[in-house]
Amino acid sequence: MKRRSESIRDKLLPAGAFLLILGIWWVLSLTGWIPQYMLPSPVDVVKAFIADFPNLMSHAWVSVEEALIGLAIGTALAFALACGMDRFLNLEKAVLPLLVASQTIPTIAIAPLLVLWMGFGVAPKIALVVITTFFPIAVGLLDGFKSADADAVALLRSMGAKRGQIFRHVKFPAALPYFFSGLRISASYAVVGAVISEWLGGFEGLGVYMTRARKAYAFDKMFAVIFLVVIVSLVLMRLVTLLRTVSMPWMGKAKKEREA
Amino acid sequence: MELLRAEGITKAFDGKSVLQDVTVALEEGELVSILGLSGSGKTTLLNIISGLIRPDAGKVILQGWDVTGRPGQISYMLQKDLLLEHKRVIDNVCLPLVITGIKKEEARKQADAYFGRFGLEGTQMLYPSQLSGGMRQRAALLRTWLCSHGVVLLDEPFSALDMITKAQMHEWYLSMMRSINLSTILITHDVDEAILLSDRICLLTGTPGMIREEIRIDTPREERKDFALTPEFLGYKQRVTAALREA
Repeated sequence: MKRRSESIRDKLLPAGAFLLILGIWWVLSLTGWIPQYMLPSPVDVVKAFIADFPNLMSHAWVSVEEALIGLAIGTALAFALACGMDRFLNLEKAVLPLLVASQTIPTIAIAPLLVLWMGFGVAPKIALVVITTFFPIAVGLLDGFKSADADAVALLRSMGAKRGQIFRHVKFPAALPYFFSGLRISASYAVVGAVISEWLGGFEGLGVYMTRARKAYAFDKMFAVIFLVVIVSLVLMRLVTLLRTVSMPWMGKAKKEREA
Repeated sequence: MELLRAEGITKAFDGKSVLQDVTVALEEGELVSILGLSGSGKTTLLNIISGLIRPDAGKVILQGWDVTGRPGQISYMLQKDLLLEHKRVIDNVCLPLVITGIKKEEARKQADAYFGRFGLEGTQMLYPSQLSGGMRQRAALLRTWLCSHGVVLLDEPFSALDMITKAQMHEWYLSMMRSINLSTILITHDVDEAILLSDRICLLTGTPGMIREEIRIDTPREERKDFALTPEFLGYKQRVTAALREA
């Protein structure tokens, strides 16, 4: 019973903080301290959202599609490279420093290059998402493979297990929690990555919508689309968490045991 | 019948000699303890017997076959139970069978038959985190035993358990060894445990480790229920402790 009231409180607190900020914002725009055209009231934003809903959705769908395709390719590449680095120590020594260094390149700086190379279609958008989502997953997986219990590996060796069997039974499952942590971060990067690359040219997508709203000084639409990006990112992260629960059923069991 | 023999095992790491001409033999149905202080090379010896490490000199013979440096022949259990948290208990137990190429369904069937005897009935589909310490240890033991050729190597398997659970596990292990005709090499630094469980105790001491003395415990294993409280037991303990101190 206590547990339930605690969990209700854990949900009420952030909801309360959110409402408080919303309230302050509303008051600020109502009193006119900040001019209407610069900071539209929350009500105006909701109105803009509803008025332009079909249009927003069709743009959102394009961005989500780019984000998902990019995320899928990024994950696959990260998986392949992490496995390779785990298998060949020299590959890790050669590539990992480059990977880390590559993360200091600002996304904004490479996005225009990608557009120049690949045109205004979806290709540069997907490429940017791949680049931004790849790293957290690759590094997470690599750490995960290393986290496998050396004694468990020795035990499997004593059973006569081959390298592939050790990977399947010990290393891969040990890496799963790390993989999902990385994937969660990457999922939030994916939408933002898609939107940023759409800013720099394109025909559809939330980034394109944002650029048009900005050029028209339609602040209410700007806010509406910002919230939409946030919501889409949160939904995507939530999906990753769900996927994690489904693919690691033993984790839930352990937790229930501790609570009982 | 002699089941297993490690003959003249010698091993050095980076020029530092760890084991010197160690010979251990195991008869069928026997439990032999290798008793030694920390750092006496006990675990290295077990790694060599299980084939994980190659000795510099010497051989490991299992039922007449040379298995030196060939893992997968003699099963091995560590102090940590090393159950894989992501597998159900039954899949943990039949992992060694799956590794040797047996189909999962078939392996499960084979393993399932022994759950009752190992006091694990009804835990098949649970995850390891749902088991108690003693049960985890028994599950690890069942896994070890399933892939054994009648011989298991135990590396301080009971030392992480609390006293009561440990005593229960000792009693259970002795009765189970009888019922499935199991032979065991046990590594331990616990003198009481060695006397309580063993037919013979090999004292591995010094650097490099050598077998200084072998002590036979003559009390039949069937009569060891309250063995630890008898004068006989204390006599053995005196002998073992004295021998350890001398070394």
